[in-house]
Amino acid sequence: LSRTSHAAALKRIDKVLIANRGEIACRVIRTAKKMGIQSVAVFSEADRHSMHVAMADEAYHIGPPAASESYLKQDKIMDVARLSGAQAIHPGYGFLSENVEFAEMCEKENIIFVGPPASAIRDMGIKSTSKHIMAAAGVPVIEGYHGADQSVERLRQEASKIGYPVMIKAVRGGGGKGMRIAMSESEFDTQLQSAKTEALKSFGDQVMLLEKFVENPRHVEVQVFGDQHGNYVYLFERDCSVQRRHQKIIEEAPAPGLTEVVRKQIGEAAVRAAKAVDYVGAGTVEFIMDSNLKFFFMEMNTRLQVEHPVTEMITGTDLVEWQLRVAAGEQIPVKQEELKVRGHAFEARIYAEDPDNGFMPGAGPLLHLSTPEPGDDLRIETGVREGDEVSVHYDPMIAKLVVWAEDRHTALRRTIAALQDYHVVGLSTNIRFLMALASHPSFQAGDVSTEFIPQHQASLFLPSSLSPAVLCHAVLALAARHRTQVYQDALATKDCYSPFALNFGLRINSTPSYKLRLVDGGTEHRIIVTESSKGNWQVRVDEGDTLAVSDVSLSEESDNKFTVKCSVDGVVSSTSVLLVGNSVHLFTLNGKRSLDIPTPDYLKSALSVGSIDDPIAPMPGVIEKVAVEPGATVQKGEPLVIMIAMKMEYVIRAARTGVVEKVFHKPGDTVAKGTVLVHLKEE
Amino acid sequence: KPDFISPQKCIARTLSSLDIAPRIGTRQDLDSPEYQEKYGRMKALVQELRDRVSVILQGGGEKATERHTSRGKMLPRDRINTLLDPQSPFLEFSQLAGYNMYGEDYVPAGGIITGIGRVSGVECLITANDPTVKGGTYYPITVKKHLRAQEIALQNRLPCIYLVDSGGANLPRQDEVFPDRDHFGHIFYNQAIMSAKRIPQVAVVLGSCTAGGAYTPAMADESIIVRKQGTIFLGGPPLVKAATGEEVTAEDLGGADLHCGESGVTDHYAQDEVHALHIAKRVIKNLNYIKDPGVTVERPVEPLYPAEELYGIVGDNLKKTFDVREVIARVVDGSVFDEFKTKYGETLITGFARLWGYPVGIIGNNGVLFSESALKGTHFIELCCQRNIPLIFLQNITGFMVGREAEAGGIAKHGAKMVTAVACAKVPKITVIIGGSYGAGNYGMCGRSFSPNFLYMWPNARISVMGGEQAANVMAQISREQRQREGKPWTEEMENKLKAPILAKYEQEGCPYYASARLWDDGVIDPVDTRSVLGLSLSAALNKPPERTRFGVFRM
Repeated sequence: LSRTSHAAALKRIDKVLIANRGEIACRVIRTAKKMGIQSVAVFSEADRHSMHVAMADEAYHIGPPAASESYLKQDKIMDVARLSGAQAIHPGYGFLSENVEFAEMCEKENIIFVGPPASAIRDMGIKSTSKHIMAAAGVPVIEGYHGADQSVERLRQEASKIGYPVMIKAVRGGGGKGMRIAMSESEFDTQLQSAKTEALKSFGDQVMLLEKFVENPRHVEVQVFGDQHGNYVYLFERDCSVQRRHQKIIEEAPAPGLTEVVRKQIGEAAVRAAKAVDYVGAGTVEFIMDSNLKFFFMEMNTRLQVEHPVTEMITGTDLVEWQLRVAAGEQIPVKQEELKVRGHAFEARIYAEDPDNGFMPGAGPLLHLSTPEPGDDLRIETGVREGDEVSVHYDPMIAKLVVWAEDRHTALRRTIAALQDYHVVGLSTNIRFLMALASHPSFQAGDVSTEFIPQHQASLFLPSSLSPAVLCHAVLALAARHRTQVYQDALATKDCYSPFALNFGLRINSTPSYKLRLVDGGTEHRIIVTESSKGNWQVRVDEGDTLAVSDVSLSEESDNKFTVKCSVDGVVSSTSVLLVGNSVHLFTLNGKRSLDIPTPDYLKSALSVGSIDDPIAPMPGVIEKVAVEPGATVQKGEPLVIMIAMKMEYVIRAARTGVVEKVFHKPGDTVAKGTVLVHLKEE
Repeated sequence: KPDFISPQKCIARTLSSLDIAPRIGTRQDLDSPEYQEKYGRMKALVQELRDRVSVILQGGGEKATERHTSRGKMLPRDRINTLLDPQSPFLEFSQLAGYNMYGEDYVPAGGIITGIGRVSGVECLITANDPTVKGGTYYPITVKKHLRAQEIALQNRLPCIYLVDSGGANLPRQDEVFPDRDHFGHIFYNQAIMSAKRIPQVAVVLGSCTAGGAYTPAMADESIIVRKQGTIFLGGPPLVKAATGEEVTAEDLGGADLHCGESGVTDHYAQDEVHALHIAKRVIKNLNYIKDPGVTVERPVEPLYPAEELYGIVGDNLKKTFDVREVIARVVDGSVFDEFKTKYGETLITGFARLWGYPVGIIGNNGVLFSESALKGTHFIELCCQRNIPLIFLQNITGFMVGREAEAGGIAKHGAKMVTAVACAKVPKITVIIGGSYGAGNYGMCGRSFSPNFLYMWPNARISVMGGEQAANVMAQISREQRQREGKPWTEEMENKLKAPILAKYEQEGCPYYASARLWDDGVIDPVDTRSVLGLSLSAALNKPPERTRFGVFRM
C-alpha cells in the first residue's frame, strides 16, 4: 500500500475541545500547547477550580457535578464546540470516548472526532461481533460453545474441539458458582455433572457454556495506530496483568518475558485486528496470554488508554500528537520498521483508595501533595494540585507515575524510589500498596498474572510495625514544631528573647522529660522523651528500651514539613515528616504512616454527634436513597440509606434494632466519609 | 535629583576597634591538679543535690502515689506540665523546703510545688498542692512556701494559678499554721490584695478544699472545678453531721454541680482534670495581659566559656579564693562585661552586661568590703536605678573590714550607704550566694532580709552571722576572759570542748540544705544552671513595670 493512495484532504486543527477532565484533559492540553493548538476545556460545577480548567486557553461550564449531567451531555459539549469555534473534539478516555452516537454527531456537525470512525467503535463495541470479525481476520480468539444443544455428548465434543483445559460455566452463573474446570477429557463428565448440580441448586437452571480455560492468564495489550491513508503500525505491547477490582493498577512496557518472535506475532495480529475494522487513530487490542505465551483476542479499546505513556516512553513518541495529526488527515509519521523498543517503562496509578479496606475508593482534599521531581525519565500525569479535592463524582485517580530506564530492574527500582517521594496527605492512597507490589519478588521477576493480588494477598498486605527510629523522628518533629511556634510567638512580643520562650523545657535540678501519646491506627504508643543534655535525647516507647537519640538535624521543606535526620542508638536515618493539625504524617521508605495525637477525652464527648451504633458513611459519596423516616422502627441489618460512590452502590444498614430518631441527609446530598447518616434513639 | 542623597555627601561608617566589646574571663588549665580537685568536689556536691532532689520529685512515696493515681487523678507535677505551654521552662522554687525538718514526718518539697512557667504565653506563678504528701495538708513550711510564692507574684506582678487539692491546715500543728500574721490566713489576705492590684488570681479545684481552703477558689477572680472530683465546703461531711446531724455526701455538699449550678462559688465546670487545666489556659489567654519588660533587649549570646568550668574555678573550699570575674564570664551573654571603676575599691566588682538579652548591673565580691568598695557599690547601684537596669548580686562575702583603721575611716557609715542603696533600689534585684554569706556583708550584698526578687544558693555556699571558727573563737575568747577574771584556769582542753559544738552547729546550720529547708532562699541551684535561672528570674521580674527609686538619707 502506498502512503499517498488514500489522499484525504488535510483539515486544519487550530483549536481543540477536550471533552474530558482530570489528568487526561491536562495531558491533551499539554500536547496541544506544544503544537500551537488552542485548547478548550469543559467543566462541571465540581471542577470549576480544577487544574484542566486553569490550563486550558478557554473553559466552559457545562452543568452540575454528575457526569450524566455534564461530561456525558453530548449536545452541551457540541454547543461549546460550536461556540468556541473548535474544529476538533478530543474525547480522552472514558465518558464519550467510545460513544458511537457522539462520534456520529461530530461527523454530522463537521467537527473532527479525534478517534476512530463510528463504525469501528460500533464493531468493536459488541463482543460477539468483534470476535467473529477477528476470527475471520486470523486473529486468535478464545474458542467457546454457547449453543442450545446441551446434551453431554455434544458438550464433550465441543470441549475437545476447543481443547483442554476447558471451563464449564453456568449461563446464569456468577461468583464462581456453577463453574468447573476440566483439565482433560477424562474428567469432563464428572466436572460437568458437578457444575450442573451446583447451578441447579443455586439458580434453578443448568444451561452450560464452554470456554477455553487460560490458567493464570496475563493481560497483554498492543498499542496500534492507523491513519486515513490505510497505514498501520503497532507500538508494541504493554503488560497490564496486575489488577484489583478489575482495574489496572500498574502497567509496563514492554511485557516481561516475551520473545521477539511473539512480540512480532502479537503486534501483527493487533494490526490485522485494526485493519479488519478500518481503524483510524490510536487503539488498543487486548489479549489474554497463557504461560506458554499463547495469546487470544479479548477486545479492542477504540480510544487512547490510560496507560499509553509507558508506550510513549519506550518508543519516544507523543501519541496525543499523533492522534491530532492523524485526525487532521496526516499520515502516521513513522513506518513500522522505524519503531524500536527502547528500555523499559512502568506506570503506577496512584488512587485515592484504601487498599487495607478492599481498595475502597476514597475522596477528599489533598491537604498536602509533594511529588518527586519530574524529568525526561519520570513523568507525573495528574489533574490535581495541592489543595484540590478528589471528587466523589469521578474516578478517584490522583496521578500516574511513569518511570523509564534502560532496563526493567532499574525502571522498577526508580519507580519504588519515586513512590517513596510521592507524599499525599488528606485521604488514603494506594501508594504504600504500590510500593509493596513493586517490591514483591514475584513482580520483580516479571511473574505476573491477573490473579497476582489475590495470589499474593498475604505477602502484599504484611502488617508493618512502625520502627522505633521513625517514632523518634515523629517526636522530634513535634518538638521542633512546638519550638518554632514558641519562637515565632515570642518574636511578635516586646520580650522576644525571654528564656521562658527559648530555654526550652528547663527544669531545676532535674532533666526535663515529656510524656507523649501517639496513636497509630488502633495502637496507642506512650512515649517518654528526655532531653538529657542539649541535643541529646532519650526516647522510651511503651516501657521498652531507652533509645539514645543524638545528632539531630532538621531541614525545613515548608512551614509544617521537615526532614528529620538523627542518630538512633548509633544508626543515622531520616524521615520526611508533615504535621497537619493533630496528625503526624511520616513518609518512610515503606510508605506513609500517620500518627495522631489523641483527642482529649473531654473533647471527644463534645465532638461526637451520634452514638457509636449510628450508621456512618463508609466512604465519601452521594446519598441515593433514604429508606427510613424518623419514628420508624428498624430491625438489625435493615437498609437505612443507599449511597453511590465511585459509580458503586453501598447499602448502609442498621447496626442494631431500634427507632429512628433523626435522618440527617436527603437524596442528592454529598457526604464525607464518616458522616453520621441516621441517628437511632438511645436505648 | 536632590544633592543631599548623593553618595559623595554620605559619611561612610567603617568598622573600627571601637565596635569590639570587652570580654572577660580566662581559659582555665583544665589539667591542673587544683582545677581537677575543685571540679571533682563541686561536681560531687551537685550530684548530691540532684540525687536528693530526684527523691523529692517523686512526691509522697510509692504508696501514696499509687493511691492517688489509681483514682484516675494526675500527679501534681503532671498537672503543672499539662498546664504549662509545651516546652515552657518551669522555674521551680525551694524544692528542698521542709527537708529534714519534721523528724519522722516526710514532707518533700514542703507538700506544695511552686514556680513560674508560661501559660498561654504569660509568665504565671503556679502553686500545686501535693496530695500525696500528708494529704496535701499545710505544715508550717507549706504555709511559708505558699506565702513566699505569693510574695513573688506580688513583687513581680505575676498572675497566680492555684492548683488546689488539699486537706487544709495540718490540725496537730495548728498553733504553727493558724494564728500568726504570716500563717494560713495570709494566703487569702494576699489573694485579696493582689486582686486589688489587678494581679489575676485563678484557682483550679482538682480535689478537696475544706474549711479555710475553701477560700482559695472563693477568693479567686475566676475558679474552675472538676466534676466528681473537686469539692469545696466550709465544713466537710463529718463536721456537718456533728454540727447539725445532716447526712450528706461530699459531692452533694460541695461538688462541681452544686458550685457551678447552684451556689456560683465556681465559674467553670470541667469534665476532667485535663479539661480543667485547659480552661485555666483559656482564662489566662483572656486576661489581656501585656508584658512590657521596659528595658532594651538584645539577641542572647552564649558565654565564651563552658559553664561547667565553674566547678573547677569555685570548688567547695570557701577559704580558697577565686576571681568573681571568672564566674561572670560564664554567666553573661558573650562574656561581655563593661566593668565600672575597675581600679577603685577592687574587692567589689561592678559592671554592666547582658543576660539572656536583658541589661544587668552585676555586683560581685572579690574579698572583704572596704570603705572604697562600699562607696563604689553605692555609686553603681545609683547608676542602675537611674537607668532602670536590674541588679545581680554574686555574693561571696566574709563581711566588712574590721579594725581601728577601718572604723576610723568610717567603714560603718560607708557600709550603711551601700546597705541603704541596696534596700531602696526599686529595680529588680536577684542574689546568688556563690560562696560565703556572713555578717553585714549579707546585708550589703542583698541578703534575704533585703527582699531581693529572688535569692538562690549554690551547693557549696555557707550562710551564718559569721564563720563557725570566728564564732567559736569569739565565744572561747569571752569564756577565757571570764574565767581569768574569776581567777579560774582555762585549759586548751576546755577551749576545744567549748568550740566543738559551736563549730558543728555553724557547719550544720550554715549549709544550704538547712537554709533552703527553712526557705532562707528560693532554692539551691547547680552552678551550671545559674545563667538559665537568672535569665528566667529576670524575665519574671520584668513583668512589673519600672518604678522610680527614692533613696533614704546617705550618711556623709
